Amino acid sequence: MTSTLTKSAKIEISHIAKSFDGKPVLKDISLKIEDGQSYCIIGTSGCGKSVTLKCLLGLITPDSGSILIDGVETVGQSRTARENMLRQFGMTFQFGALFDSLPIWENITFRLRQTTAMPRAQARELAADIVVQLGLEARVIDQYPAELSGGMQKRVALARAIADKPNILLFDEPTSGLDPITGGVIDSLIVASVRNLGATALTISHDMASVRRIADKVAMLHKGHVIWQGPVGDMDNTGIPEVHQFVHGHATGPLTDEAVHAARTGV
Amino acid sequence: MIIALLQNIGHAAFRFLAVIGKVSLFTFASIRWTIMPPYYMRQLGRQMLDIGYYSLPVVGLTTLFSGMVLALQSYTGFARFSAEDTVATVVVLSVTRELGPVLAGLMVAGRIGASMAAEIGTMRVTDQIDALDTLSTRPLQYLVAPRLLAGTLCLPFLVLIGDVIGVFGGYLVSIYRLGFNKGLYIAKTLEFLQASDVVLGLVKAAVFGFLIALMGCYHGYHSGRGAEGVGRATTNAVVSASILILIANYLVTALFFG
Repeated sequence: MTSTLTKSAKIEISHIAKSFDGKPVLKDISLKIEDGQSYCIIGTSGCGKSVTLKCLLGLITPDSGSILIDGVETVGQSRTARENMLRQFGMTFQFGALFDSLPIWENITFRLRQTTAMPRAQARELAADIVVQLGLEARVIDQYPAELSGGMQKRVALARAIADKPNILLFDEPTSGLDPITGGVIDSLIVASVRNLGATALTISHDMASVRRIADKVAMLHKGHVIWQGPVGDMDNTGIPEVHQFVHGHATGPLTDEAVHAARTGV
Repeated sequence: MIIALLQNIGHAAFRFLAVIGKVSLFTFASIRWTIMPPYYMRQLGRQMLDIGYYSLPVVGLTTLFSGMVLALQSYTGFARFSAEDTVATVVVLSVTRELGPVLAGLMVAGRIGASMAAEIGTMRVTDQIDALDTLSTRPLQYLVAPRLLAGTLCLPFLVLIGDVIGVFGGYLVSIYRLGFNKGLYIAKTLEFLQASDVVLGLVKAAVFGFLIALMGCYHGYHSGRGAEGVGRATTNAVVSASILILIANYLVTALFFG
């Protein structure tokens, strides 16, 4: 999506580690995401993708390591500093995480109304504009999340993420649970939104077709380490068996052997 | 064998202390965010409607029949030593000081404690709480504070209405079943009733309301993953709120008598 040669680091994750109940999930994760870049993290279930994202958002504090955003250390920062930092983030969660008790327009303009006391009429108008841009009918703004299909909920989640024009967008499994056509539509909306906002994007995905459509650069996590990172075009020729198996979705290979071994030994 | 037994006791004690610490931290943080602005008045209004208004039928029916049973039981018992004329006093004091707040508390714990734990637990497992956090909103302030405030404010009103209905239940049975004189029964009801009796009941109700909301929010907020986690959180919320209500009932009563 963008040239990465001259851009400065927007997000710099250095050597973060995190254990839960003595079990290490992240052992040594380092990633550098440049301004305006669209970055994807791939990896098998339980490899630490979501934990990395939660560390970035400050929802989980890493045991060690550093996370810089625009050169500012965010690990161990004060509550106020974190709240200010989060204002530049827009995030979509795997299952939408729309607020069930609020209509769509309130979901979309939630942060704007909390932080700017935007009038109701203006918020409704803004929500209607955004949903139309994302290919939904304006009338959906008065519906509740439970009344929408999975694809529509993903679009609303994207609308909520971009409503106050953040400069960092995070997507957790944006196409999971969607049919390939709807998944493709969501991907194109993500690409367009990131480009229009000039934002930096970090996406977690298992869907390799989706990764190829939205990513500039890809990192694969395995057993708490980054085992490969590089341009999306190089993903097919890394020479690393684990990456090869994951990218091509082969049923047999080192990842399967490890899973079988883990199931047998509990390690 | 003895060492293993001691180890188990030690582990259980540490686990218990850890839970006490976790609940205490949650309570202090929740109270702090209840006091600090911004205040989510719409959330507060919604919770007050849910706790105060929609719990009325349950509390009303419970106290009505409890007052009726109390009149029947005390009449049967007191008739054995010719003290039937104390029925009205027994009904009004029992209902205002004990039965009203405790029964209302237990019924609301079942209705509201469970619904709070289920709602917040579902929000936890569907990442809505994390979403709140990333949308510049403190979950404790947005979700927990309005519920704590609504529980503490609404339960005294519910109990006050429940007291009136419970006493009325006793009146109905005494007049139409046991043949008491209407005027005399009302006079006896008011004769020994003091403001402190009602105040004691209302103080208890406020404490119970706080505990119900706290347990509902705490267990929902720390809900485990999946439907099983939310189910367990709901059960724990109701059980812990009910037990705490009974413990607090003794402590508040002892404090007033002390």
